[in-house]
Amino acid sequence: MRLREVAELVGARFLAGEELADREVSAAFAADLLSDVLAMVREEGVLLITGTVTAQVVRVAEVMNLAGVLFVRGKIPAKSTVEYAAASGIPLLTTPRLMYETCGLLYTHGLPGAKRKPLPFEHDQPGPPPP
Amino acid sequence: MTSPAPLRHKEIFPVVGLDLEHAGQVSTEVQRVLRRLGVEAEVVRRAGIVCFEGEMNIVLYTPGGRIILLVYDDRVELIFSDQGPGIPDIELARQPGYSTAPDWARELGFGSGMGLPNMEANSDRLEIRSRLGEGTVIRATFFRRRDEAAGSGGAAGA
Repeated sequence: MRLREVAELVGARFLAGEELADREVSAAFAADLLSDVLAMVREEGVLLITGTVTAQVVRVAEVMNLAGVLFVRGKIPAKSTVEYAAASGIPLLTTPRLMYETCGLLYTHGLPGAKRKPLPFEHDQPGPPPP
Repeated sequence: MTSPAPLRHKEIFPVVGLDLEHAGQVSTEVQRVLRRLGVEAEVVRRAGIVCFEGEMNIVLYTPGGRIILLVYDDRVELIFSDQGPGIPDIELARQPGYSTAPDWARELGFGSGMGLPNMEANSDRLEIRSRLGEGTVIRATFFRRRDEAAGSGGAAGA
């Protein structure tokens, strides 16, 4: 799914990186806890859905080579953060929708969840059931 | 190990404590340097994640410190050192979910007790030395598997 379609489906607008609207998103991961993003996402090209708007969100997106960040609940990060994202080629979008609705809409339109990295304490347990 | 691999690149990055505006900057810079040096993408990704976790630890919990990047032919090393409070019980701190983070750190999306375990999961070797009231030094090593050309996404150290 392209970022452009993501935006249309959830009524989001681009804050940065609109020129990258045709970028393909392979999967999505939703969390407000950046520690979980860092510990669990293993693929590149993933869309992060979050209500966290600190400067570190964009740094995490950069370090993990995410496809973009979609802020929910109408959240918008500080101007300096948006400018940094624009300069770093990290698309930022914002939607007034809640996280649950946003995820539901994208999932039912075919955007799968990111494959989860097993945590160090989960080695003996079976993974989550496939969708 | 017969002859040690020569050091190709060394760089020191200062980290300012509590500077949340710039926290994460060193990690993105380290990734840029590694890419420029032609280090394998799989190592660049793991080193970036480990660097970010280590950098956030220095920013959130200490007055400051530094990160040293060492690039060898056969490995990459990241050394994090700080003048913070130290870690009272390293074994406990390595356990997933154990955290001493204050509320304000959690509100920023950190402090869930996954930092050290995630550093461990993404590096091939993680050494931690800490002295209460003096500071902490962490060395993360990433082995470069250059003979494995394309393919095999590369599993983190098990």
